[in-house]
Amino acid sequence: MKWKMESQRKQYGKALVELGKERGDIVVLDADLSSSTRTADFAAAFPERFFNCGIAEQNMMDTAAGFAASGKTAFVSTFAVFGTGRCYDQIRQSIAYPKLNIKIVVSHAGITVGGDGASHQIIEDIALMRVLPNMTVIVPVDSPETYRVVKSIAKSKGPCYVRIGRADVPTITDENTKFDVNQAPVMREGKDITLIGCGIMVSKCLEAAEELSKHGVDARVVNLHTIKPMDEKTIVRAARETGGVVTAEEHSVMMGMGSAVAMVLVENFHVPMKRVGIPDVFGESGACDELMEKYGLTVDNIVEAAHDVLRRKK
Amino acid sequence: MEVYDGEFISELETTARKIRLHSIKMIYHAGSGHPGGSLSCADVLAALYFHIMKHDPKRPDWPDRDRFVLSKGHAAPALYAVLAEAGYFPVEELSSLRKMGSRLQGHPCMNKTPGVEMSTGSLGHGLAAGNGMALAAKLDRKLHRIYVLCGDGEMDVGETWEAAMLASHYKLDNVTAYIDRNKLQLDGPTEKIMSLEPLADKWKAFGWHVIEINGHNMKEIIHATNEAKGVKGRPTVIICHTIKGKGVSYMEGSLHFHGKAPSKQEYEQAMKELGGDVK
Repeated sequence: MKWKMESQRKQYGKALVELGKERGDIVVLDADLSSSTRTADFAAAFPERFFNCGIAEQNMMDTAAGFAASGKTAFVSTFAVFGTGRCYDQIRQSIAYPKLNIKIVVSHAGITVGGDGASHQIIEDIALMRVLPNMTVIVPVDSPETYRVVKSIAKSKGPCYVRIGRADVPTITDENTKFDVNQAPVMREGKDITLIGCGIMVSKCLEAAEELSKHGVDARVVNLHTIKPMDEKTIVRAARETGGVVTAEEHSVMMGMGSAVAMVLVENFHVPMKRVGIPDVFGESGACDELMEKYGLTVDNIVEAAHDVLRRKK
Repeated sequence: MEVYDGEFISELETTARKIRLHSIKMIYHAGSGHPGGSLSCADVLAALYFHIMKHDPKRPDWPDRDRFVLSKGHAAPALYAVLAEAGYFPVEELSSLRKMGSRLQGHPCMNKTPGVEMSTGSLGHGLAAGNGMALAAKLDRKLHRIYVLCGDGEMDVGETWEAAMLASHYKLDNVTAYIDRNKLQLDGPTEKIMSLEPLADKWKAFGWHVIEINGHNMKEIIHATNEAKGVKGRPTVIICHTIKGKGVSYMEGSLHFHGKAPSKQEYEQAMKELGGDVK
């Protein structure tokens, strides 16, 4: 399939600048990565409301907490690897526990960071964030959805974690697509099996569905952009109506989106299932495509997983 | 030094004694808590809530109030005591500390307790949170001030120094930090566990205005705070030399009472020394 490749970060920067214009309560903090996360766009437009904290993510999270406690809506950005594990205690104690209105929007998540290698390829951030009470966890599917997510979370109160990537990603939605945090959109109807993806893997699920259709398999595709709170209704309905589920995520299969879906299904509607994702190992340097292939994140991996589930369905 | 009315100072000292009394009572009845560090900071808390800060217990969310952040969250009993004495909630409620369903959690929770500005407990967070409040105040051109109380053990925490750098970088002259320099942390004397000295020089090197005082002397606390208010373009830290467990003879300078409730006998003696009744 041919999709336009576009940057999620660029849309984040654009949405932030618009929010800055619309609302005086928006402040933005970054940790010396603003030109990469694109908060630099906001910094250029509203220098008095942008705060570079230097390479001090712990300090940045707590400073944001002080802003939020004073009635500001604080957007905090850095790379996903530094904006989660490195300051987990700060996020837990000063953001999630007091339920402060802070939006942690991080870029360069997952293995598609590429050449920087395992030190920068966080594959466990969804796991870290989704176990925190009060935390909303969102993985926008593409560039336009990133824009919609940022605009949407600015309106809601409370802590939120938004994960975007470094690489340009296929644009599979358009301006008319709506974003509702409580609703996982069905991207393609189908009755034989359900492919549930998040982020960059949704487009791969759509490609896999196309491939499966050549073998007479009618696959449904769900964009599970919000891992928490999860749209359990859509997931359970899909399981009930199609009888099998494959999840696909650019994240460790340990406690990521697939595990979250598995928990919902185990307790609600038991169907054969397979998780496509990064196995329980660290990544390495390489080109995006090479890494996706080595770590099992290709269309073929999804198709293969679907066949496995279909076999077990019978 | 300014001259203060003797009666006014002695009233503040009485308040500090009440904070100590409440703290020991609360911890005794809860069966756990941190008496040592609650007693060492009682004088600073009394001065802040009964003289220095502009606040209104009837309106805990008044936007122009001064903010206080207890970075050393384990001194929660002392904070609750001063908040109750100031009128944020009934003094009777203090006995619910650490009990099921209580608004008074073992460590401060901003969403549960009126008057608590920031949830703390994990050490080293408070100064950065205070900085965020100070930046917000400057952004809104508000004149209220931010007061943060840190323990000296928190000087071990890297984030303390990140926050020190940020406050100085952003010229946060609306921030005043107090360091409860009682020289003891859980495992032993600070200089043995992780040496902090020369502490004043460190803060000076980070661009702060530094004042050192006897943290149990009410006049010195007020005077130093007034000096801090006059400092422009940089934050002020007041290193308060204190005695851990101050006010209860057998707790003073004792490591034993960092995080342990007194026994019945110890409790009765503490009440006698602090002039309270055993209830």
